[in-house]
Amino acid sequence: MTAPAAAPSTLKRTPLYELHRELGAKLIDFGGWEMPVQYAGILEEHRAVRERVGLFDVSHMGELEFSGSEALAALQRLTPNDVGRLADGRIQYSAFLTERGTFVDDLLVYRKAADSYLVVVNASNTPKDFGWARERSRGEVRVEDRSDETALIAVQGPRAAALMARVAVPDPVDLPYYGFRDTSVGGAPTLVSRTGYTGEDGFEIYCRPEDAERLFRALLSEGEPEGVAPCGLGARDTLRLEAKMALYGNDIDDTVTPWEADLGWIVRMEKGEFIGRDALAAQKASGVPRKLVGFEMVDRGIARHGYSARTAAGGGVVTSGTHSPTLGKPIGLALLPRAAAAVGTDFSVDIRGRDGSARVVKTPFYKRSDAHP
Amino acid sequence: MSAEELRFTQSHEWVRVDGDIGTVGITEHAQKQLGEIVYLELPEVGHVYNAGDEFGTVESVKAVSELFTPVSGEVAEVNKGAIAEPGIINDDPFGDGWLIRLKLSTDQEVAQLMSAEDYARFVREEEQET
Repeated sequence: MTAPAAAPSTLKRTPLYELHRELGAKLIDFGGWEMPVQYAGILEEHRAVRERVGLFDVSHMGELEFSGSEALAALQRLTPNDVGRLADGRIQYSAFLTERGTFVDDLLVYRKAADSYLVVVNASNTPKDFGWARERSRGEVRVEDRSDETALIAVQGPRAAALMARVAVPDPVDLPYYGFRDTSVGGAPTLVSRTGYTGEDGFEIYCRPEDAERLFRALLSEGEPEGVAPCGLGARDTLRLEAKMALYGNDIDDTVTPWEADLGWIVRMEKGEFIGRDALAAQKASGVPRKLVGFEMVDRGIARHGYSARTAAGGGVVTSGTHSPTLGKPIGLALLPRAAAAVGTDFSVDIRGRDGSARVVKTPFYKRSDAHP
Repeated sequence: MSAEELRFTQSHEWVRVDGDIGTVGITEHAQKQLGEIVYLELPEVGHVYNAGDEFGTVESVKAVSELFTPVSGEVAEVNKGAIAEPGIINDDPFGDGWLIRLKLSTDQEVAQLMSAEDYARFVREEEQET
């Protein structure tokens, strides 16, 4: 067996690092951050989130603040979704795109007020995104990187609302999906949003770094009746993949457009000019060559990120692959030629020199039954 | 099963020799490093390997790892139970979680492998390096 490498010591750490060690987490290098990949085990943590409630430290995520009278105009130019449709206290999934229409990053836009927005980006992209956005923001807008002043804890699962009801004031149970507001959690000032990356109901708590450990401990102890479990990035990955949520660096990057990623719904061509719009219009006109699809393995074994795919219509590539704890079989996402992207299409994946047979399936792989209003 | 009668490789496999049959598995340390094992690929009976050859793969949710045989020989038996329920390798890596049984080509190789004590020291040193 080949031993997996442990994390080198030059990595960035979140305010919860010491607590992760105390809780027995296995720590790994994730995009330059020393993060918990698992505590009790990926499958067990996955189950905790699907059946009860799990806590995730996602403090490595980046937070960029846009403020000023032209903040809205700047974000309209920087992102393909229509920020003008956002009301105060509401959130939108969107992206920064290159001039070629490919992803600089995918992100969430929080509208605090007409002149104040929070943009939450992927950890390893934060410096790139900050520079990219600042260079392209003109007029009365300030772009500031608040990442170092912000910790982030995700509370995810069917019992997340019951747990939050006991620790948060006001009770966030009435928050709509993709809504947020200022909330006191365990006495600490936070911003709570009804968002997540697991396919379950859940909340994300933005807090000050100095409050993070106390908050995480409070959620652990208050959540005992709910069967709360600390969860690592391993379970986060299996959960998001079952929900077919894209992961930057795996499924999307600066070679992939929203059309190809099956994320056309975040592109509002009618809103007017934005960076990447011309390229997206051109790609739509000439035909989108490939599509991100979900697949199941027919054969045994996991088709992992980067494995090549062979279809009747040409080559493709696996962008994510794992064992689905919910379905009990290997699943994944792949970029396939459009002619081979229909549900039910068979293709093969080169699994370390062996041909593994796979089939395009309907996504998401998992959808929770008690859909939140 | 006690680890005392086993011999170990630097790639974290073990072998237990009984007559001319060597039973091969992965160590407790290996299963811990991998995490929950979800797939196991093993060869057919009759395959012949030299010591150090790759004879299969073991996959956890996060990683795939090759398996290397500690000794030379012909595959005499494969643990079908472990293929069907790979979690048994996590639960009992030195017992019910064994992988293959080889009819040994030679009795000269086993002595060159690490003892339990040597292996424990090897794991400690490997951990300190990282």
